[in-house]
Amino acid sequence: MAGTAILGRVTWRTATVVGLHEETATARTIILAVRDWPGHVAGQHVDVRLTAPDGYSAVRSYSIASAPSSDGHIEITVERLPNGEVSPYLTQEVMVGDELELRGPIGGWFVWRSDQTEPIQLLAGGSGIVPLMAMLRSRSSAASAAPFRLLYSVREPRAVFYRDELRALSNQGDSVVITYAYTRVTPKEWPRPAGRIDAELIAVGTWPSSLRPTSYVCGPTSFVEHAADLLIAAGHDREKVRTERFGATGERK
Amino acid sequence: MAIISRGFSGRRSEAQAKLPPGQYLTTDFPVLSAGPTPHISLDRWEFTIDDGRNVLKRWDWKSFRELPTETITVDLHCVTRWSKLGTSWEGVSLDVLLRDVRTDLPYAMFRSYGDYMTNLPLKDVMNNQAWIAFKYDGADLAPEHGGPARLLVPHLYLWKSAKWVKRMTLMPHDKPGFWESIGYHIYGDPWREQRYSDE
Repeated sequence: MAGTAILGRVTWRTATVVGLHEETATARTIILAVRDWPGHVAGQHVDVRLTAPDGYSAVRSYSIASAPSSDGHIEITVERLPNGEVSPYLTQEVMVGDELELRGPIGGWFVWRSDQTEPIQLLAGGSGIVPLMAMLRSRSSAASAAPFRLLYSVREPRAVFYRDELRALSNQGDSVVITYAYTRVTPKEWPRPAGRIDAELIAVGTWPSSLRPTSYVCGPTSFVEHAADLLIAAGHDREKVRTERFGATGERK
Repeated sequence: MAIISRGFSGRRSEAQAKLPPGQYLTTDFPVLSAGPTPHISLDRWEFTIDDGRNVLKRWDWKSFRELPTETITVDLHCVTRWSKLGTSWEGVSLDVLLRDVRTDLPYAMFRSYGDYMTNLPLKDVMNNQAWIAFKYDGADLAPEHGGPARLLVPHLYLWKSAKWVKRMTLMPHDKPGFWESIGYHIYGDPWREQRYSDE
């Protein structure tokens, strides 16, 4: 396995909240203007630090959802965890104009660069869509012709992040193909019963291994373990499958 | 000067005092790996020690499991900021594995099934500081946590505790492993918060 060093200076920077919007009932996108932001690559994450008046601080990692850009703005999408320490604050308390501390970008392995031309398979479980959305957006903004497919597994239709944007992407010809899988509740007249992804869905919803795609799998541990095992069983090379997992308390999105 | 987050109070606990800087406590056991989990059958498993030229020691599963084991209870600190206290493992100490190895080489690269690797100074895996662990919490170590056997070096960030370990290569000079070559710290001491290469 080979990666490239793309860790910038990991100094803390000031980020100002310049926009907020709800993705679902429990997830919110936060648009941040970051002072002296050095730029990022799709798939990287940032550390966010909150500090209480008495000096106590807590840090969590969040994947960047936005494409690389030069305007110093980044977006993160945060899912509220029932017993979270930081995510309830970010999804309920924070307001436009607030300042946060942030450092990054961090990560040099789970990344997609716009000079990659091979077919790309994205597999998202729940809020694992966030870094994969950055890859889809990066593909668009770089006018890349790399063929992309996304298999997006969610509990129920209303848990889908970035719904309208994903629909628009998949309507731009056949260059981005999106397959949804629902684990608990399906839309009306959905052809497949609710359930976790299986070999049949991998067969119809992902690139065949003969095309030698690079796969990016992100989501909760149980999803990633299962999806990566299915890809290996379908003949994909281990070194072409990159994973990012988060546990119940991981808070990394 | 830190920015105060209006309305943020956070959750503190007694255990916070025992944690390295920047870590938070978890009671479950998150999984972090760069790729798919390899599934290794015990009849194909082996662990070897070499010096870059010759294999010095080799164990198959049977001979490995005939070695004396220890039960250890240690705290784990992951670079992604979770810490888990008082985890219980059974494994073979590296002191046992290195007992008959005479070497002047001061560094080691540990390699895994699935091509992961990580570097460590030899002195950090000797003197009761490192184990090849095969049981966690009294049960066989699950594949996603590194089973059948993983390196356990609890005084450093957990990426140094290579899952699915298969080989230890002694080296004359330190060399970065997988995460160390993409920006993570060459040594990784949680108490000095050595997360990234420029810290």
